[in-house]
Amino acid sequence: MNLQDLRDIARNGVWKQNSALAQLLGLCPTLAVSTNLVNGASLGFATIFVMAMASFTVAMLRNFIPYEIRIPVFILIIAALVTVVDLVMNAYFHSLYLVLGIFIPLIVVNCIVLARVEAFAAKNAPLASAFDGVMMGAGLVWVLAVLGGLRELLGTGTLFTGIDMVIPGTAPITVLPEGYPGFLVAVLPPGAFILLGCMIAARNWLDARATARAHPQRHAAPHPAAG
Amino acid sequence: MNNSPFIRKPATVRGVMLQVLAALLPGIAAYVWFFGAAILVQIALASAAALAAEAVMLRLRGRPVGMFVSDGSAVVTAWLIALTFPPIAPWWLVVAGTLLAIVVAKHLYGGLGQNPFNPAMAAFCAMIVAYPQLMTQWPAAGFTDFGAELQAIFGADRRLDAIVMATPLDSLRTVLRLPDTRATVAGILGSGATFGNIGGKGWEWVALGYFVGGAWLLWRRIITWHVPVAFLATLALVAGAFSLGGPDKFPGPTFHLFTGGAMLGAFFIATDPVSGATTPRGKLIFAAGIALLTWIIRSFGGYPDGVAFATLLMNICVPIIDMKTQPSVFGHKRQSGGDAP
Repeated sequence: MNLQDLRDIARNGVWKQNSALAQLLGLCPTLAVSTNLVNGASLGFATIFVMAMASFTVAMLRNFIPYEIRIPVFILIIAALVTVVDLVMNAYFHSLYLVLGIFIPLIVVNCIVLARVEAFAAKNAPLASAFDGVMMGAGLVWVLAVLGGLRELLGTGTLFTGIDMVIPGTAPITVLPEGYPGFLVAVLPPGAFILLGCMIAARNWLDARATARAHPQRHAAPHPAAG
Repeated sequence: MNNSPFIRKPATVRGVMLQVLAALLPGIAAYVWFFGAAILVQIALASAAALAAEAVMLRLRGRPVGMFVSDGSAVVTAWLIALTFPPIAPWWLVVAGTLLAIVVAKHLYGGLGQNPFNPAMAAFCAMIVAYPQLMTQWPAAGFTDFGAELQAIFGADRRLDAIVMATPLDSLRTVLRLPDTRATVAGILGSGATFGNIGGKGWEWVALGYFVGGAWLLWRRIITWHVPVAFLATLALVAGAFSLGGPDKFPGPTFHLFTGGAMLGAFFIATDPVSGATTPRGKLIFAAGIALLTWIIRSFGGYPDGVAFATLLMNICVPIIDMKTQPSVFGHKRQSGGDAP
């Protein structure tokens, strides 16, 4: 495990194989919960915890889990961890727990968690797997936070609505002027689809530009897979 | 099957769009007569926003700006938006709707010829979902005080009590849905100042203007008969059948045809060559579907008029309608079900 491997894991999780923008996995909670910044980021952090712990546990047990029944075993491990998150949030962040509702238990079936356990943790050492889980989760967190922030900003003109549910004593900030009428569509499901589509397009555009800059000659040559 | 020789008709996008705009003029004239000149302000606002958005998007997409901006398609979208939005809506509402139509519904899907949804109707739906109150504030017929209308459009302080009136469709449904209502359609239509002889007061003349313009488009062969005929016939049939069955609860065909967006929809919205069906049989199915959905949404739905939502819903069905209604090639056997490649 050297520094280069860690850097690759981090880059994969946060940008290159970003779960929401590149792999497009686990879109249901991404679209449903990102109605504002706090909700999105909170679910993201809950997912980080589950992914890190699940990857770590599976990586430790990877030599003992029979290959044929690995998926049920993975799901059991993930479900146990999600139960922990569910109970902890119910106890310490109760109002947030009520807002996120069914989407906390649904982390169990979030395909990004199972995908990383299957694709990475089942084949790698525990610490690297945990790091991969954290970085994949971080990729999800920033997308959820940006998407939730955009929807909240366009929809109501505020940011950090509900922050007091996470950090008591803080208040949301009103970014746009008082008379802003609010664009309700951004908070509704169509807004989630349109804005996520814009974010995916922006990511592809940045990637294409970076590729064109790094390899100006490759841009002109036909793609090997194109023929 | 047509026979040669074929005479080529030099139809440019620009020529078609200019004729569509000309065909809208009778309806607009009636609109100005009954509801004041505010609609002209809205048309100007929408057109300016559409042209600006079109130019910016074309530039971003690396397309020839001058050629596409001058083709007039953005202006047609802008006029349809202005005509479907309330004329006394605040200025930013129509501008935001137009930007949404041009940027999201048109150019993000690939620009002229690629958009699966009618941009004007997409904008209308997004705005009525986002701002239901502002989108249902319509002026009363005969209110033509331009100063007060300008105040409503640009003023920070919108004093609307004297101006605003529910649309005919809206007031009819409101009364019919009161709990334990004894009101009948005939009673309601005969009572209020909202209703005219056959449709909404004033609105029936605007609809007649659209009908005249649409008939001219038919005569110019800009549109074919399929869409308007299927649309109006279906709406009249469904409304007529239910009106016969329950005359107290369901208004008759003339009311449905001459209120709301029915005429505009039949001749100018459902006939959109890009987002509508393209085969002759497909056009019949497409337009009949819009009319049926419009009637259902008007009669049982949550929004006052259904043309916009019905159009978007049928836009989704266009690929499968077109696939299933491919005409057979001359000399070939009819493909069963049309599901060949």
